[in-house]
This record gives sequence, C-alpha cells and structure tokens, in this order.
Amino acid sequence: MTVADVATDKPLPGGTVLVRRHSGVVRVTHWINVFVLFFLLQSGLQIFNATPALYVGQYADFDHPVMSLTARNTPSGPVGITQIGGAHFDTTGFLGLSKYDGQWAARGFPSWLTIPSYQDLAAGRRWHLLFAWLFAINGAVYLITGLAGGHLWRDLVPSVKDLRGIGPSIVEHARLHFAHVREYNVLQKLAYLGVIVVMLVLIVAGMAMSPGLDSAFPFLTAIFGGRQTARTVHLICAMLIVLFFVVHIVMVLISGVWNNLRSMITGRYAVSAGSETHAD
Amino acid sequence: MLTRRLPSRRNIMRGIFAAGGAAFLAGCKQFDGVSQAAWFRKNVLHIGEDINAAVQGFFLRPSSLAREFSEADISAKFKANGTTNPDDPGYQALAANGFADYRLKVGGLVENPMEFSLADLRAMPARTQITRHDCVEGWSCIGKWTGVQLALVLDKVKLKPEARYIMFTCFDKLEQTLDDTGRYYETHSLEDAYHPQTILAYGMNDGVLDIPHGAPLRLRTERTLGYKMAKYIMSIDAIDDYSKISLGNGGFWEDRGYDWYAGI
Repeated sequence: MTVADVATDKPLPGGTVLVRRHSGVVRVTHWINVFVLFFLLQSGLQIFNATPALYVGQYADFDHPVMSLTARNTPSGPVGITQIGGAHFDTTGFLGLSKYDGQWAARGFPSWLTIPSYQDLAAGRRWHLLFAWLFAINGAVYLITGLAGGHLWRDLVPSVKDLRGIGPSIVEHARLHFAHVREYNVLQKLAYLGVIVVMLVLIVAGMAMSPGLDSAFPFLTAIFGGRQTARTVHLICAMLIVLFFVVHIVMVLISGVWNNLRSMITGRYAVSAGSETHAD
Repeated sequence: MLTRRLPSRRNIMRGIFAAGGAAFLAGCKQFDGVSQAAWFRKNVLHIGEDINAAVQGFFLRPSSLAREFSEADISAKFKANGTTNPDDPGYQALAANGFADYRLKVGGLVENPMEFSLADLRAMPARTQITRHDCVEGWSCIGKWTGVQLALVLDKVKLKPEARYIMFTCFDKLEQTLDDTGRYYETHSLEDAYHPQTILAYGMNDGVLDIPHGAPLRLRTERTLGYKMAKYIMSIDAIDDYSKISLGNGGFWEDRGYDWYAGI
C-alpha cells in the first residue's frame, strides 16, 4: 500500500478504515463472470441432457458409463436413477426423471436448470458456444492484467509463511472468526487460485471436444486421453465451479455481506483500524 | 404511538436472495421465448457459430488431418443414429437387390454430369481410415471406413468456377412433411469436400457398409460433427447457394437450428 492510499482511507466509526481492495478490472471481470457462467452452466446442462451419461476414453462404451442419469419403469411407477460408478441413487423428481409442465419426463437435469427449459440441443449449443467466447475473452482480460499488473502473484499466490499458517486458518474459519484485513487469508488465496485453474482446465476440455480443433491441435484430446474423458472432465470442472460458487456465497454471507459486496462493487473494504498497512 | 420500523439488513438480504432464488427456480423459462425469436437467433445466438467458423478456419489447414486410430481402438458397438432404414420404396427396391442397380448421380454446376454404380466407385482408388465419429449429442464411436475420396469423383465431373458448395441429397426423410423439407440433405464447403479424409464410404469395419450406418454410400467428413456426414446418398450436386434449397439453411439439421459450421 502506498502512502497516498493511506491518506485517502476514511476512518469510520467503530474503529474501522476503508481501504482499496479490488481493482476495477477485478470487479468488472468478476461480475461479467457471474452473468456469463449463469448462461454457460444452464446451457451446458441442456447439452449434457442430449446424452445424459459420461464415459472415459476415446469413444463411448455405452454399456459402462462412469456416470448416468436415467429413468426406469418400476411396478410402483417411473423413477429417476443417478448412477456414479457402481453406486445407484433414487433421484426421482430431480435427476433422471423430473416434471416438465406438470408431466413426468425422462431428462438428465430438470427443466428449471436448463436453457431453454424444454429439450432443444441446437438452441442450448448456440447459447453455450456464444457465452463460451464471452467467458474466454473475459478470462483472458483478467489473466493478462493480473499477470502483467502483479495481482495474481501479489494477492493470490500464497507465500511459504501463508502455507505454514494453513492449520490455524482452518481452525479460525471453522469457528467463524474472520479477521477483516486487506489481504486474502491463505484459504481464500488457495480457493481463488484453484478456481482459476479449474476454469482453465474446463476451457481446454471444452475445446478438446471439438473435432475441428482436434484436427488443428491433436494434443488437445491427447492430454485428456480421449474425447469422452474430456467431456467427463468438462462436467466435473463445471460441478467444481458450482461447488466453489456455493461455498463462496456462504462465506460472503457469513463474513460480512455488506463489506464484501461493497468491496466487489466500489472496491472499498472496511478493515480494522491499524491493520490497513501490510503486517510484514 | 406510531413507530416506523426500518427493515434490518438481514431482512433486506433475505428479500434479495428470496427474489433471486425465485427468479432462478421459476426456471430458465424466461429464456425460452428469446431462444425461439428469429431476430435473436439470427443476430445474437448466431455470433458464436460465426466466430467458431472464422477462428477454426484460420487454424485449420487443408492438410490438417483428423486423428487416425489403430484397429485395437475400434468401438465394439458403433451407434447408428437418425434414420436406420429409409422407408422410401425406391430405396427398399435397391436394397432388395443388394444395391446392384444403385447409381450415384453427380451433377449441378459441373462440366460433365455423371452416374456411378457401386462397382464404378469400388474400381477407383480406395482410402481406408479409422476415425472417431463425434455426435453432436456428445458421444463418440471409432470405426473403420473404406471408400473413394470425394475429390476424385469431383475431378471426374469437373466443377464449374461458380460452384461454391457440394450438396448431398439422401434417400431418407427424417421428418414427415407434405413437401420435401423432411428429406435429409447436407451442404459442405469446397475445402471440406476436397479434404483428403473426405470419402464416400461403401465399406465399414472391413465389411460392406450396412443399412443402419448408411448403405450403399455415406459421407465421411472427419473434421466435423456426425450430422454433416450424410447417409444413404442419392445424389451429389455442385451449387453456388443453398438459401433457396429446402428450408434454406444448408442441411436437414441446420434447418432445425443446428450450426452449418459443425467443427465444434
């Protein structure tokens, strides 16, 4: 932090000080990502529903999916089955079998999670492949400015000292004790860095499913060991982003929702007075 | 005494999340209308395809080949999708006779229109390739295809300079309509048509191409998704424009919303 920044920091009642936390690029790319991922996830689930099963390898071994969402008739009526490896779960009403316009329908993911709500692979693909470009461009702006401006190294890559403090940090999170300081704590750094890596893997796995790109860049499917594996990795990455989203929202809510929201909108974050400068 | 109670921050947040959650749970039905609106499809949703075609067109050289696999990689079960047995009486009559009377008509914007029997095509130099078939639905199968390069056939009929696309008209109707718009057809760029791996396949997995997979003749364009690879080919035409053909989008599935550029 520079001296000029400190001079503009505004003391607040209650012994807190507003400091600049998020740059303009981080804030804008963050909210564009929220918007874009909403469409990507739901059009992606629409595309998944065209073949609601995942396979490993170059081709689909139809009799042995690693995961599938199916509907089955039983004496007591149709049921939705989620299969993962050798395990089967009854997910009637949500996965495999759900209601569409009041009627039971065999669908992987339910209509309220897909764009469009009805089964339409062509439209789902058009939404997905348009928003995929917005996602890639937005991500490129974030990464290039983050690498060039030092945000990634300075704020996200944990130091050895950070990593040594991971145990106490987990304990503090579990006790819902949150220190309000400018810097991210070690768990935040690992989570934000991790989700960036997951998004990059997701993009490459998505590209590996393209027969055109495979012809131009044969290593794309090779690094995954096959197009069907790439499709499986693509969905796993999407689910990891959903998991990140859920944890992120919970943490935003319980660690000071107004302060967090303000910092991602205006860039200003309230910290305890005296902690506004670097500790080291 | 009147007291005005201001909503607490917690209640405001509850309200925001309840509203957001309700909008989310109301489904993505709010995007159904716009997904079907012609102007939105044409001017917005189409942009992704345009970018993909331009970017892949930049990176794909005519010599970029789809990966070819080994015998050990061939799928035990190769899914047959779409039509698996055309009910056209003319097709059924040809099938009954083992396609001995089949004649592939090649015409349109060409110098000398020709007809080819299966024996004529088999007499031409053959290409065999073991490739991965990528369905737009997400699955893949690996099969071994034998046929004649489309380029060799097009060289015999000699394209006129104004030819821009190669159109494949098929025996099967995938949708029953009063006019002929339910008939399967496809159009390809000249670059894909002349690509070395683009073949008219009459053989599959060391045998004769069977009816579920497109007998007597099907197209293989290995750098595209499966729906571009027309089965049950009746005729081939060189054309300069597909906007007046069938529903005007250059293919059966393209007429039903799918991308004409099917490299992704």
